[in-house]
Amino acid sequence: MDSIYVKDLVKKFGGFTAVDSVSFSVHEGEIFGLLGPNGAGKTTIINILTTILKPTSGFVKVAGIDIKNRPEVRRNIGIVFQDPALDNKLTGRENLDFHARMYGLDKKSRSSRIKEVLELVELTEKADVVVEKYSGGMKRRLEIARGLLQKPKVLFLDEPTLGLDVQTRRKIWHYIEDLRKEENITILLTTHYIEEADYLCDRVAIINEGKIIAVEKPSKIREMVGGEIISVKIDGKAKPFKDELIKNGLAKEINERNGLLDITVEKGETKLPLIIKKADKLGLNIDYVSFRKPSLEDAFLKLTGRKISDEFNNIGKKGS
Amino acid sequence: MAKKEVNLVVSMFGFFEINLSAVYALWVRDIIRFYRSKSRIIGTLATPLLFMVFMGFGFSGSDVFLGNVSLDYKIFLVPGILGMTILFNSTFAGISVLLDKEFGFFKEVMIAPVSRISIVLGRIAGGTTITIFQSSLILFLSTLLWFKIGSLFGFILSLAYMFLMSVTFISIGLAFASRMKDMHGFNLIMNLFIFPLFFLSGALFPLNRLPEPIKIISYINPLTYGVDGLRASLTGFSEFSIMTSFGATLFFALIAVFVGAYFFEKSEYL
Ligand SMILES: Nc1ncnc2c1ncn2[C@@H]1O[C@H](COP(=O)(O)OP(=O)(O)OP(=O)(O)O)[C@@H](O)[C@H]1O
Ligand SMILES: [Mg+2]
Repeated sequence: MDSIYVKDLVKKFGGFTAVDSVSFSVHEGEIFGLLGPNGAGKTTIINILTTILKPTSGFVKVAGIDIKNRPEVRRNIGIVFQDPALDNKLTGRENLDFHARMYGLDKKSRSSRIKEVLELVELTEKADVVVEKYSGGMKRRLEIARGLLQKPKVLFLDEPTLGLDVQTRRKIWHYIEDLRKEENITILLTTHYIEEADYLCDRVAIINEGKIIAVEKPSKIREMVGGEIISVKIDGKAKPFKDELIKNGLAKEINERNGLLDITVEKGETKLPLIIKKADKLGLNIDYVSFRKPSLEDAFLKLTGRKISDEFNNIGKKGS
Repeated sequence: MAKKEVNLVVSMFGFFEINLSAVYALWVRDIIRFYRSKSRIIGTLATPLLFMVFMGFGFSGSDVFLGNVSLDYKIFLVPGILGMTILFNSTFAGISVLLDKEFGFFKEVMIAPVSRISIVLGRIAGGTTITIFQSSLILFLSTLLWFKIGSLFGFILSLAYMFLMSVTFISIGLAFASRMKDMHGFNLIMNLFIFPLFFLSGALFPLNRLPEPIKIISYINPLTYGVDGLRASLTGFSEFSIMTSFGATLFFALIAVFVGAYFFEKSEYL
């Protein structure tokens, strides 16, 4: 059964179309990612799915309920907003208690659930400290815990790790993985970290300027790019080198970024020595070579002709 | 969804429902925030205290006339200062929803599966508790200075006035907040709403000193009846009968709650 069903969703702000005829569905128990650059429309989609914004047109069901039935949808979802939404003057526990009461949990389930979620995000020790004194990562973890308190059927995470350091980010990924094991839950998350989508998501929708470009498994998307990618940094003119590689059929495609040449090849293992030899012949020095399977970043670049974010980094890369 | 769920929901005439546990959650939050911010407690007490002490001593010994009875200004002033405390604190408590908007917590409140009226009532519950606490404190301090409370019944009656008055002004504050984006407009409200109501309420001087056309404004000013009622219950002297002032105060409180709830219901989420 589909836990989220979105059909021809459109959201206009005045004359500007922020979400442009988007359709997708998320299966029960799935972790689904919306991946796209700033302003792609990710938050707007989440706001509509969580009943905060009304769509201009389209049909949406969340947890099997039409989003026109606001109260019923709300009872079945949990949300972690992109921007912090904690009361800094309250302690972590008081924030959770507030939430639990707003969602009508009784005394017994309040205390047991609060204990459980605090343990999940490893905040038990800090539970009675005012949130003001939390670090950014702790605040984020508390918000994730809060989103889970009412045992939602669907959890929305809008940029769960934005602005956090690598270690904290990895920790949060682990919580989300644990979550999937322990609670029967569907998760829709947005991110512009490719690695995050790659690591966590069963499927991702790549979204750009309000439109979905592809919905696939991360591995499938990598396959769409095809072959492997050899990045080289050469000392000298790139142009003749590029032409030569293409002409000889050594490369399928070459992109330049950050002074690197990304050379897409088939059977990279055999092509790499040939490419180096070619450079030698042209009298070019190679300063640096890396060899990798294509990432979602490469896929995004290929699908949209646009980099996903300038702060792209290699954290948590699997199998590189 | 958690299996065990309390359904503390009160349905009013089938029109709207009130989630009691949400009202309670909002109330607790306000109380906690209040006692954690010592500067707010002191800051909000300082202005009325300064007014009371300096105006009280400054005009000490001069008599004011209410109808044809005369009364020492120091005694006349104390209920007025209570009115001031209630007016300023309650209006601010209502408008301070905007601070939640600024710090993001507003979303957490608004996304919860509870009716908006529950949120309004939660706000009112927290704000009135704090306002009554503060004005009682001012009243207590005034008795250390020069004031004498007429009777126990009078004191209890004054608490009822304090309650109704704070309900009125919190609701008005909420209505303002529903039409505002941020706290920038607060100064405007302070100057165009709060101060005029304060000066035209008989808090600092009797209404008979005012020119006739301006008196009309005083007569539609909720604070006028609240202050007069407080004066009646605490000192025994007043402009209107208790029936009039209590009736008017109750009337304004009810109207204000409906207006506040209406605007809040219509307001935007984000
Ligand atoms: N309330 C609004 N009024 C007008 N335009 C809006 C509004 N909300 C969003 N937009 C516009 O819609 C587009 C999509 O915004 P959205 O916040 O959904 O992007 P996003 O993918 O979440 O970006 P980010 O990664 O920066 O969070 C942007 O161009 C934004 O300026
Ligand atoms: Mg966003």
